[in-house]
Amino acid sequence: MLEIKNLHAHVEGNDILRGIDLTVKPGEIHAIMGPNGSGKSTLSYVLAGKEDYEITEGSITYNGKDMLDLGADERAAAGMFLAFQYPIEIPGVATMTFLKTALNAQRRARGQEDLPTPEFMKLVKEKAKDLNVSPEMLRRPLNVGFSGGEKKRAEILQMALLEPSLCILDETDSGLDIDALRIVSEGVNKLRDPNRAMIVITHYQRLLNHIVPDHVHVLSRGKIVKSGGKELALELEENGYADFIDEEAA
Amino acid sequence: MAAVQETIDQVKAIDVDQYKYGFVTDIESELAPKGLNEDIIRFISEKKGEPEWMFQWRLDAFKRWQTMIEPSWARVSYPKIDFQELHYYAAPKKKEGLKSLDEVDPEILETYKKLGIPLAEQEILAGVAPENRVAVDAVFDSVSVATTFKEELAKAGVIFCPISEAIRDYPDLVKKYLGSVVPISDNYYATLNSAVFSDGSFVYVPEGVRCPMELSTYFRINEQNTGQFERTLIIADKGAYVSYLEGCTAPQRDENQLHAAVVELVALDDAEIKYSTVQNWYPGDSEGKGGIYNFVTKRGDCRGKNSKIAWTQVETGSAITWKYPSCILRGDNSVGEFYSIAISNGHQQIDSGTKMIHLGKNTSSRIISKGISAGVSENTYRGQVSAHRKATNARNFTQCDSLLIGDKCGAHTVPYIESKNATAVFEHEATTSKISDDQMFYCQARGLDEEEAVALIVNGFVRDVIQQLPMEFAVEAQKLIGISLEGSVG
Repeated sequence: MLEIKNLHAHVEGNDILRGIDLTVKPGEIHAIMGPNGSGKSTLSYVLAGKEDYEITEGSITYNGKDMLDLGADERAAAGMFLAFQYPIEIPGVATMTFLKTALNAQRRARGQEDLPTPEFMKLVKEKAKDLNVSPEMLRRPLNVGFSGGEKKRAEILQMALLEPSLCILDETDSGLDIDALRIVSEGVNKLRDPNRAMIVITHYQRLLNHIVPDHVHVLSRGKIVKSGGKELALELEENGYADFIDEEAA
Repeated sequence: MAAVQETIDQVKAIDVDQYKYGFVTDIESELAPKGLNEDIIRFISEKKGEPEWMFQWRLDAFKRWQTMIEPSWARVSYPKIDFQELHYYAAPKKKEGLKSLDEVDPEILETYKKLGIPLAEQEILAGVAPENRVAVDAVFDSVSVATTFKEELAKAGVIFCPISEAIRDYPDLVKKYLGSVVPISDNYYATLNSAVFSDGSFVYVPEGVRCPMELSTYFRINEQNTGQFERTLIIADKGAYVSYLEGCTAPQRDENQLHAAVVELVALDDAEIKYSTVQNWYPGDSEGKGGIYNFVTKRGDCRGKNSKIAWTQVETGSAITWKYPSCILRGDNSVGEFYSIAISNGHQQIDSGTKMIHLGKNTSSRIISKGISAGVSENTYRGQVSAHRKATNARNFTQCDSLLIGDKCGAHTVPYIESKNATAVFEHEATTSKISDDQMFYCQARGLDEEEAVALIVNGFVRDVIQQLPMEFAVEAQKLIGISLEGSVG
């Protein structure tokens, strides 16, 4: 479904990604772990189509299509979704309005009609309930004045509503207390589906207790330096990233 | 920067294609000879069948105007206007004794239809609930061509007619109020308007009457090389209420056209006037050629106690906008409000804002201004808030936000605050922001294309003001904002 080959990216003259290879199949959950500055967030932005990065080598293919030719909105319409580490504030735009605009924009891009408002409202209410998102929160401008937990829940709500086929979760656990982590993880697990893949980017192992991955990859200095099963995450938790960093530096 | 750069390019591409109202109505017009002198003023006055006092009033204004010089303090620049090169009167030729709408030139009816303003009452009535009806006065170049729902309004005692008719039919009201808010010699353009104004709307809502429907005037400049000088006078007598909407468009022409209007509002004790404008004059092409020079004086007088005047404006058109809808808070406990969205794109220049002059006790005012600049435009908010020494407990809250799209445009805020009374409390808040790359990327990552993302973010930015508009106008304004900032996405 997703194939990343020899991906190199740089920003402002610095090489951040230096040859990433990754294949993700439907239904799989891949965790990408690594120390700060290893290129985890860059990978998520590059996948989603942020334009600040220059791709110098390599390819990203998704469902047979070359993603590098597509803008962020086209990638979203193709089924990719990035849950942001730091969701952006959109002042004056009610969360509900934003959800509707996004959903209908994607539907239109796929040649579908807009979802009629009553059906949309019903759908949102249903999904919001699962994530403990109150109607009052839906009326507030998106992410403006939201707590850390509210922001992450709003991200997962968008994900649930837009029903992407590939979910990229960038440090979704950061800034969450235990309860919020549980709600968010449950929301994510509910979206597990044989036809849907996920890439979970995280610094800490604790998220992976809740969202259990099939594969774990260690990213260091822009490269995947080790891949393994879920036990690799535990190993990292115990020994830290030092081994990999030293390996690289040597 | 890439995402925003593209947005800038798209926004820059705004040109005649985006202006949907740029068509010309092919119609025979009766024009005054070019130029301005006493004969022309006599000509206009005679055309309108005015009484002698009105002619003298105009002449007085003209004499004063000749001694005045064009103001230059606004942050706008344009080549000098040759006032002798303009026609001061243009009217569609018509048969004598026009009585009903059926006799209005079909070309003109068609024009308004194209603009989305049906003038035939049966058309307006089709499918519209009575409470949602809007009575329209349609002004085409220098004359009012039709006023709808006059009879129904008359039943409620409301007078809604072209001002030229009011001068003939209600001379006492006109004499009493005309020039009482904006004096003849108020400023250069207002004085010019006083000398040569041709038509506009007149509204009188009698004591205790709540006007049963929204009133509106739709201004259309069609003729070439003409100035439109409309004059609007609205009086809400004691305890009356009226909501008035104004819309305007013009054909796209390479020459600049002058629009110098005067609007006067008078609210007596306990009266309330809401005045909303969606200004969409032709803004000029992508090179800055053509477009309307919009030099307008709008002022409301809260003359009575507990009176209230609220201005709401959505300014998207014109090459140059020079306009400061103001409130004189004369009556004790009176309230003035100003809500504004001013969008400048391409080469447009806007210098706009308001004045809140607190004279009475316990008067309060509120200013919410949202400026959006794109392209290579300049957008200035200029506002004055003052408290007279007798204005105890005067209150003002001003919020003035600017949003920049791209890095070639300018946003400026010029507040003047003056208090001569120690009990006055004036607050001023101002922000300037840009649509960030992060916001654009976030929206796009959710599936919105660049235009949708800009429109969504801008609509969020102006939400406080949109909420002040009457329902149908709010929808129109939201669409207009999208169109004004539309690029040509390939």
